[in-house]
Amino acid sequence: MTVSADLRARAEALGQTLPPLLAEAEHLASTVALGEHGRRRAGMGDDFWQYRVARPGDSLRAIDWRRSARSDQAFVQEREWQAAQSVVLWVDAAQSMDFSGDKNRPVKADRAKVLALALAVLLLRAGEQVGLAGQEAPRAGKGQMLRLIEAMALDLARGAADYGAPLPGGFVAQGRAMFVSDFLGDLDAVERSLGQAAGRGVKGLLLQVLDPAEEQFPFDGRTIFVSMGGSVSHETQRAGDLRARYLARLAERKARLAELARAAGWHYSAHHTGEPAQAALLWAYRALEGGR
Amino acid sequence: MLGFASPFLLLGLLAVPVLWFLLRAVPPAPIRRRFPGVALLLGLMDEDREADKTPWWLLALRMLAISAAIVAFAGPVLNPRTAVSGKDPLLIVVDGGWADAYDWSKRVAKASSLLDGAERAGRPVAVIELADAPQPVLFKAAADMRGKLAALAPRGWLPEAMRDWVPSLPSGGFETAWVADGLDHAGRADLLAAAQNAGTVSVFVSDTAIYALGPAVQADGKLTLTAHRFPAGAAVLNVVARGPDPSGTDRELARTPVTFKDGTPTAKVTLDLPPELRNRVSRFSLEGVRSAGAVSLAGDALKRRKVALVSDAADGEGLQLLSPLHYLRQALAPSADIIEGGVMDVVPAKPDVIVLADVATIPQAESDALLAWVQKGGLLLRFAGPHLAAADMVKLAEDPLMPVTLRQGGLTSGGAMSWGAPKALAAFPDGSPFHGLDIPADLRVKTQVLAQPDAELAARTLAALDDGTPLVTRKIMGLGQVVLVHVTANAEWSDLPLSGLFVAMLERLAISTTLGAVADEAVKGLIWTPDHVLDGWGELVDPGSLPGIQGEALLRASKMGPGADVPAGLYHNDGRVVAVNPVSEGFAFKPVVWPTGVAVGDLGLPEERALKGPVLSVALILLLLDIIATLALSGRLRRGVGAALVVLAMLMQPHDARADVADDRAIAATEGVVLAYVITGDQTVDDTSSAGLLGLSDQLANRTAVEPLAPMGVDIEKDELAFFPFLYWPVTADAPVPSSAAFAKLNRYLRTGGMILFDTRDADVASAGATPEGAALQRIASGLDIPPIEPIPEDHVLTRSFYLLQAFPGRFSEGGLWVEASPPDAAKAEGMPFRNLNDGVTPVVIGANDYASAWAVDPYGAPLLPVGRGAAGDDQREYAYRFGINLIMHVLTGNYKSDQVHVPALLERLGK
Repeated sequence: MTVSADLRARAEALGQTLPPLLAEAEHLASTVALGEHGRRRAGMGDDFWQYRVARPGDSLRAIDWRRSARSDQAFVQEREWQAAQSVVLWVDAAQSMDFSGDKNRPVKADRAKVLALALAVLLLRAGEQVGLAGQEAPRAGKGQMLRLIEAMALDLARGAADYGAPLPGGFVAQGRAMFVSDFLGDLDAVERSLGQAAGRGVKGLLLQVLDPAEEQFPFDGRTIFVSMGGSVSHETQRAGDLRARYLARLAERKARLAELARAAGWHYSAHHTGEPAQAALLWAYRALEGGR
Repeated sequence: MLGFASPFLLLGLLAVPVLWFLLRAVPPAPIRRRFPGVALLLGLMDEDREADKTPWWLLALRMLAISAAIVAFAGPVLNPRTAVSGKDPLLIVVDGGWADAYDWSKRVAKASSLLDGAERAGRPVAVIELADAPQPVLFKAAADMRGKLAALAPRGWLPEAMRDWVPSLPSGGFETAWVADGLDHAGRADLLAAAQNAGTVSVFVSDTAIYALGPAVQADGKLTLTAHRFPAGAAVLNVVARGPDPSGTDRELARTPVTFKDGTPTAKVTLDLPPELRNRVSRFSLEGVRSAGAVSLAGDALKRRKVALVSDAADGEGLQLLSPLHYLRQALAPSADIIEGGVMDVVPAKPDVIVLADVATIPQAESDALLAWVQKGGLLLRFAGPHLAAADMVKLAEDPLMPVTLRQGGLTSGGAMSWGAPKALAAFPDGSPFHGLDIPADLRVKTQVLAQPDAELAARTLAALDDGTPLVTRKIMGLGQVVLVHVTANAEWSDLPLSGLFVAMLERLAISTTLGAVADEAVKGLIWTPDHVLDGWGELVDPGSLPGIQGEALLRASKMGPGADVPAGLYHNDGRVVAVNPVSEGFAFKPVVWPTGVAVGDLGLPEERALKGPVLSVALILLLLDIIATLALSGRLRRGVGAALVVLAMLMQPHDARADVADDRAIAATEGVVLAYVITGDQTVDDTSSAGLLGLSDQLANRTAVEPLAPMGVDIEKDELAFFPFLYWPVTADAPVPSSAAFAKLNRYLRTGGMILFDTRDADVASAGATPEGAALQRIASGLDIPPIEPIPEDHVLTRSFYLLQAFPGRFSEGGLWVEASPPDAAKAEGMPFRNLNDGVTPVVIGANDYASAWAVDPYGAPLLPVGRGAAGDDQREYAYRFGINLIMHVLTGNYKSDQVHVPALLERLGK
């Protein structure tokens, strides 16, 4: 039980950070001014879209009698299509996300969560259903926000592995998904996950969140590099000598991610914690929209 | 020279190689860094495994740091004072001759440092100056000897009597430290041997060049001087001839460069002076060399007297050998300028001597002229002869131009008609100018004129015959004298003109002089009274209680060089002046060869410098470097920090900023008005000058529109003067004479409107030169282009340039103030109590009241030094400030206040 007590303490500690996280996410979402929200098509929905002449096959119940009474033809009221999308978010909760190369920068996990929550805020406002992969089924409504946050806190409190991998399943067919991670772990898991998603007609985004230190490798001298969880370590005499090879490997990994995304019809982007989050949020929103 | 306070600590250096292995085995610790990207690093191998060990340069750095620390703690000392071993008494020997004067202060400093060392070790000390007469050597506490050392001064001779000191040395063992001049002197070997018997001897010699100037030698109407240099080497100096100008002021009369070639110890210089100038020369000196050895006094030796020969006999007819003037001409021609003619012709030519050969009757007009001329210092030399013997004695008795009354007719002895034999000369009596001359045994006087015996005859007789009858008589008249030789000037009456004695007697009578060297005959047998003696610095000083000196001793001194008994200087006897020069004609520098076993050091006072601090700093810096290097090696050093450190290290590098300094000074001096003072080298005086000018600047800023910046010190040899409108120059007693370049700069400064306030600070400028400071001022001012000066007149513009003042007190109030003399034709301005003195700002103001001390304030503005007593003192300080303000106003506004004299006239003109 000590483990769970520890988990609860950590969850509480982290939970305390979530309201500010939510506030930040709301704030971030508010900066994204989105012009039109409607789908601009006739379909199932609550809002009036247009009248059209009734065609054979239209049910009688669909005829708008008021409009039809003003003319000789029967009109049917069409409503704007408001079919809700299901968006499944996966935010990498592994320990590698707890890294920040500079004390003035947020850790990657924070940035990832803020981005995910801000996107959730935007999506929920638009009436979509947002869920958390493997934890929270997509639902719409304002109450979902709190559930997402709670789920995230639990997720964090779970004592994650060094490197994360997308949880299998949880996709809604024909839905949308967004994976937010540093993607420094096993890419095969990502590939499997993407394959699964593609199989269910799910399109989505890969948002790679990296610290600038990971992009630049500004290290030198005799160094033992240890992963955040301590499971992996590497010792070098001259870290500076490794820089070029490290950067090459990173570029290779990014290219592979982009390739995976393209193959699955997904979108890929890298975001650095040194940069403002708005750009990444805007990109994610647009990509989700355009991907439909 | 490097020593260590605790050298055994240096053994620690042996441990340094051990460190090598220790440090080599321990590579710098790796840094642990959490980094998610490590996943990408897995499998990457280091290209170079060598870095596992400490790099060699880091090892070297660390070992260097450790070594430096060990060396530092061993207490390294640069130039350690020779550790005084044992408790033997220390004998400090100073040569003290004029050869020491060139770098006397260094010698005293050396001796003083030796004294310090002895004092620390508690050794008894004795200080002796070998140029002094020997005196018993007593060892005393070092503190007691300090006074004696301070009182030492170089002498105007060389210590050639060292052997005499040998018996004075104490019998016990002692150590000797000899501050020597590097020249070999008589008896040095003996004294050295005696000192070596008593203990170790260390010798300190200077590397300063020693100069000497030999006496002037006349040849072909030109003067030749020989200058000596030791050691031989190339140099160029100026020989300066000085003497009184027609107004009696000592002036530079001639100057010529003397060039020493490399390898030649002597250089000759020839001066071709017109006789008028040459006769005035009183001394030659090497310019800028302050030593008796660089001074050659002229005495009478350079004077060619102008002798007028007047004869009664009609010329031309008689045989030449019978001419009364022939022998005189022959005797005088080599050494005197001869003019001949009648009395009225020669008196206007102002001869030194007029010779009347057998002239009995002198017309009244000529007699008056002669009388006036004699009264003013002329020497009238009369010879007897047939005319004189036959003259009317009554008339002759009234003749004032005759030292004795003559009997009528001459006395002939030894002739066919006489009883007696021709007479010989009696030995010259004591007190006679001829005393000491050898009388040829065969000299006979056949005929003479006789004097009426009276009370004064004996006193007036300079030479007599063996029967007591006078041969030469003399009467003093005013400043001059009349001398009568009772025989003829030709061989008619006596053999005297044929003998060498005749020439010697003429010389003794100051009628002729042997040029150049002092002639034996002219000096021997007389007592010579010292007029002035040369001190070691080459200044003529009062001889004090020095007694008269025998001619023989004088002769010896002038040939062999002076000594304690006969110091160099000017000696007089009976109107003649003989110079004894520090450097005789045959002088040559003899370098001393120190025997083995004598430690020879130099005078350069090695400043003892403890190096512990600097070496420790080096160790610390090395350790800091090690830290940085270790950080860099282990990757903890961020690149930005590294760059900052590099920049910091570059900033910390002491860069050569000398070029900037001159510019900075120039900028600081031209930012505003800056009062400047001349740096004398005496710290106290300089500090007072600085504080004084600060106080004056403050008062100027408070009371006037002049707001000077902080005062600056000026080194007249190095610094540019043009930036300063005003220089305050406190004259110290030992102020060095500026170099000729500095003089040129100062003269340019004075000509272009600068003003110098000389302050002798002795309250005694009225008798300038009486104090050491006054003498120093004279030395300095001699090279400056200073116009005639006068005590400040009541209407000088300084009395009203800001405040109305009539007194100019400083810390003293007695001293006067001298300014440039006003033009003699200055007329009183109409309706004003001033004269029209429009032009010119006085370039120099000479005061003695120690102004800076009265002006001096501390950094808080409070007076630094007491002035007077009570309220009167405060008043005096106030007036001192007022004087300073007036002075600066005068400097800055020139004669503006003098122009105000014309204001009424200008107003009147404007009104029309």
